Amino acid sequence: MGWIGETMDSIKSLQIRQVLTQAVSLGMIVTSALIIWKALMCITGSESPVVVVLSGSMEPGFKRGDILFLHMSKEPIRAGEIVVFNVDGREIPIVHRVIKVHERQDTGEVDVLTKGDNNYGDDRLLYAHGQLWLQRHHIMGRAVGFLPYVGWVTIIMTEKPIIKGREIPIVHRVIKVHERQDTGEVDVLTKGDNNYGDDRLLYAHGQLWLQRHHIMGRAVGFLPYVGWVTIIMTEKPIIKYILIGALGLLVITSKD
Amino acid sequence: MHSFGYRANALLTFAVTILALMCAMASFSDNLSHPSPSSSVQVLNVNWFQKQPNGNDEVSLTLNISADLQSLFTWNTKQVFVFLAAEYETPKNSLNQISLWDGIIASKEHAKFWTHTSNKYRFIDQGSNLRGKEFNLTLHWHVMPKTGKMFADKLVMSGYHLPKEYR
Repeated sequence: MGWIGETMDSIKSLQIRQVLTQAVSLGMIVTSALIIWKALMCITGSESPVVVVLSGSMEPGFKRGDILFLHMSKEPIRAGEIVVFNVDGREIPIVHRVIKVHERQDTGEVDVLTKGDNNYGDDRLLYAHGQLWLQRHHIMGRAVGFLPYVGWVTIIMTEKPIIKGREIPIVHRVIKVHERQDTGEVDVLTKGDNNYGDDRLLYAHGQLWLQRHHIMGRAVGFLPYVGWVTIIMTEKPIIKYILIGALGLLVITSKD
Repeated sequence: MHSFGYRANALLTFAVTILALMCAMASFSDNLSHPSPSSSVQVLNVNWFQKQPNGNDEVSLTLNISADLQSLFTWNTKQVFVFLAAEYETPKNSLNQISLWDGIIASKEHAKFWTHTSNKYRFIDQGSNLRGKEFNLTLHWHVMPKTGKMFADKLVMSGYHLPKEYR
């Protein structure tokens, strides 16, 4: 209780001027983090100048949790370079090494094949169906340097699956219940109030009913709008990175 | 003012700053070494050479690769990724690079090696241009540091020919 009381007292005793100074300096930190991020984007010419390695396919070179710095220059892509690419229909960019290059005589366009150092075969299985080569527009940048371990913060923040196979829990109304005579187990069917049909399409393949263990809780009350902070944080990861960067800067710059 | 939290914060800040500085210095120190690697590659045999049903030429080679990359290793080197690529020009493509063999060298002790191998990745052209083709074999290496900037270099060996007929 003493600690909370002290904190309350110290908050009360703060002058308006001090509070303003604090707010301004916090604003400075956030904006400077933003400036650094944007400056990196300009210098490297890459949409996301820093990526975190998520899989072990490039071990022992890059391990899970290492941070890579990307650079997107006009220079042509050559075999041996480690590139970050997006495949149509896949959300997460992949960091792998180029093993084959075919550059056109007339247009200068390239066909590129990649492979993870730690994988047995090349990446054609990862590409979109029927795709044999990566083109220039698939490639987001090439890796130029790296920092070990720093990316673990991000991995821990993003990888906390709540329901197996589906990351985001669903909040819907129960429309049908069948409770067993003997065991008391229930079969439940749900539907979103604003949806036309019931939720069977959302369930796992072939699943007709929810059982008790699927249900995490029931809604008992609510506050409007407050959750937007979380939605913004999850849907716009850049803001999350900026906040993390700001906190880091706060640690570095706060001397007193 | 001199609470535990304040001191812990100061200590953490100092530690992180020093660590960042050491990483930067380690990365910078890589610029000071001047490596002088050497390598030689022989094509011992053309195992087979044919045109695939889809019209692309494919060839299988047996190679003897020897190299001495010991001078690439410094105290900030985690590993060296080394690969041998066939490089040639065709009427359609101004550059074709096809990786034939690669390896990861984890320590200086293993950096002087020779290996006798057939090509690990398939040597397939985009089209049918490989008969009698002159090509370069280039040994590329990519040095992955423990932290900091990665760098790469290569050694071009020219004057290799593919046979004039399929076999």
